[in-house]
Amino acid sequence: MKFLRNYLNKIKPSFEEGGKLHAFRSVFDGFETFLFVPNDTAKSGVNIHDAIDSKRIMSLVVIALIPSLLVGMYNIGLQNALAAGTAATTCWFDMFIYGLLVMLPKIVVSYVVGLGIEFVVAQWKNEEIHEGFLVSGMLIPMIVPVGCPLWILAIATAFAVIFAKEVFGGTGMNIVNVALVARAFIFFAYPSVISGDSVWVATEQVLGFGANAVDGYTCATALQYVANGGEIVGASGAALSVSDMLFGFMPGSIGETSVVAIAIGALILLYTGVASWKTMLSVFVGGIVMIFVFADKLPADMPFWQHLLLGGFCFGAVFMATDPVTSARTEVGKYIYGFGIGAMTILIRVLNPGYPEGMMLAILLMNVTAPFIDYCVVQSNINARAKRLTKKN
Amino acid sequence: MGLFSKKNKEALNTPLFKENPVTVQVLGICSALAVTSKLEPAIVMGLSVTIIVAMANVIISLIRNTIPMRIRIIVQLVVVAALVTLVSEVLKAFAYDVSVQLSVYIGLIITNCILMGRLEAFAMQNKPWPSFLDGIGNGVGYAMILVIVAFFRELFGSGTLLNYPVLEKIGMYEIGYLNNGLMLMTPAAFILIACIVWYQRAKDKSLQE
Repeated sequence: MKFLRNYLNKIKPSFEEGGKLHAFRSVFDGFETFLFVPNDTAKSGVNIHDAIDSKRIMSLVVIALIPSLLVGMYNIGLQNALAAGTAATTCWFDMFIYGLLVMLPKIVVSYVVGLGIEFVVAQWKNEEIHEGFLVSGMLIPMIVPVGCPLWILAIATAFAVIFAKEVFGGTGMNIVNVALVARAFIFFAYPSVISGDSVWVATEQVLGFGANAVDGYTCATALQYVANGGEIVGASGAALSVSDMLFGFMPGSIGETSVVAIAIGALILLYTGVASWKTMLSVFVGGIVMIFVFADKLPADMPFWQHLLLGGFCFGAVFMATDPVTSARTEVGKYIYGFGIGAMTILIRVLNPGYPEGMMLAILLMNVTAPFIDYCVVQSNINARAKRLTKKN
Repeated sequence: MGLFSKKNKEALNTPLFKENPVTVQVLGICSALAVTSKLEPAIVMGLSVTIIVAMANVIISLIRNTIPMRIRIIVQLVVVAALVTLVSEVLKAFAYDVSVQLSVYIGLIITNCILMGRLEAFAMQNKPWPSFLDGIGNGVGYAMILVIVAFFRELFGSGTLLNYPVLEKIGMYEIGYLNNGLMLMTPAAFILIACIVWYQRAKDKSLQE
């Protein structure tokens, strides 16, 4: 650690005003504050800050995402082997390596494009690098199907960072979740790579790993099968068991399938206090209430909790709905906001035949209404207290 | 006073950039969203609006001293409505396909804010020739934005330009390119217009608020 600190101190002068690498000042600044907590303090006024700054919060969220990412990588390999019929003969480690090879370019593209834009903007506006993209850059590759081409991912990331974040003033100013805007962009601009039945399972060999599936291989997500009213089958064509759904061994967006891995992430987030348990809980409550409301329109042989295991419900509830920037800030507001997301998700899944999955649109919708919820909560509090005051007098 | 004196030039030039009806005054957005998914209807729409604004400006300017102030809006409306009907009939006769694509939007030129705005703000106070130039300027300023937006929407949304398959001819689809479906939806027009506004204000500091 000492060595790193000394090295940074040594190269620092060349990034300062007049130094030859001044053009990369924001890049240096970004990395320095990422590696070491900055020692700057406010010069005037009273400033109360938390002990950890937003770079540390973002790092915690990325750590919480890692279980889902690892299981997602393994699952890519597993689905590929199931599709090609080689699951019995392939070692789990080969499956993981295959998933890693498929996943790595997506993560690299997302970070390079997003951070590139952030660095350019920071340099241009003479500001510090904002750290918000650390999480978004990890989320974006995890919420797309494995068959999403890299160039589309790059365009979507650029679109989301520019139009959902930078035009509103950068990290902390965005109204809607950046990663979900990237997904929504793909969803509306290139629907063929994010829906249907040919993008959820990797079917080609990468660097000698994995196996080639037969031409014209198709497999939809579990929710698509539910929406079509058929049996839920996995990549091999056999019916999905509950343990498959729980551990995430089914086709779907890369990070969203494994409920167990997401639960580990949720524990990390809740233990460290980064995410709000109120939002998380109320998302599930909203979802369950709506499932019972629409019980007669849902498949009768499916227990209610199974709906919550499928699709992006858990992933959205844990990592997207709790985003501190775009969710409601007031404590009562968090309950309303979360409940709205859960309820809206099931509503979209049940009532809209075009969208088998509703988590993305539900969160985006509630993101937009979050300021209004906060306003109502604050106003009703003011009104209640005003009433109490006049009663006393 | 010469035909292209400084003042007349201004009447023609300012609506093109500095006072652009779409990007600066934010008028006529409705039709700019609706007709720009293809280049051809956008061009026809731009032309129609240019002709109608210019003609209406001239007519109102000619009779500006005889219009009673109280009923001026009705008089302006009658003139515009007559011109719109003429243009609409001409389109139906000579460019039927495009007029079908434009559907109600040609008729809705009557309610286009740019027209009433120019008649009220300019033609009622100025002589016919400057009014004509002002109308041309505003019409072209509007048409220009429409064409820019439609160019990008058609190119990226359908891969064609004026229905000529550009991207197919240069082999984009063979290397895995896909058309951007978002471009065909109206939100794309909003985003593109916003980008033009952004660019324009970044260039011209006097427009920044």
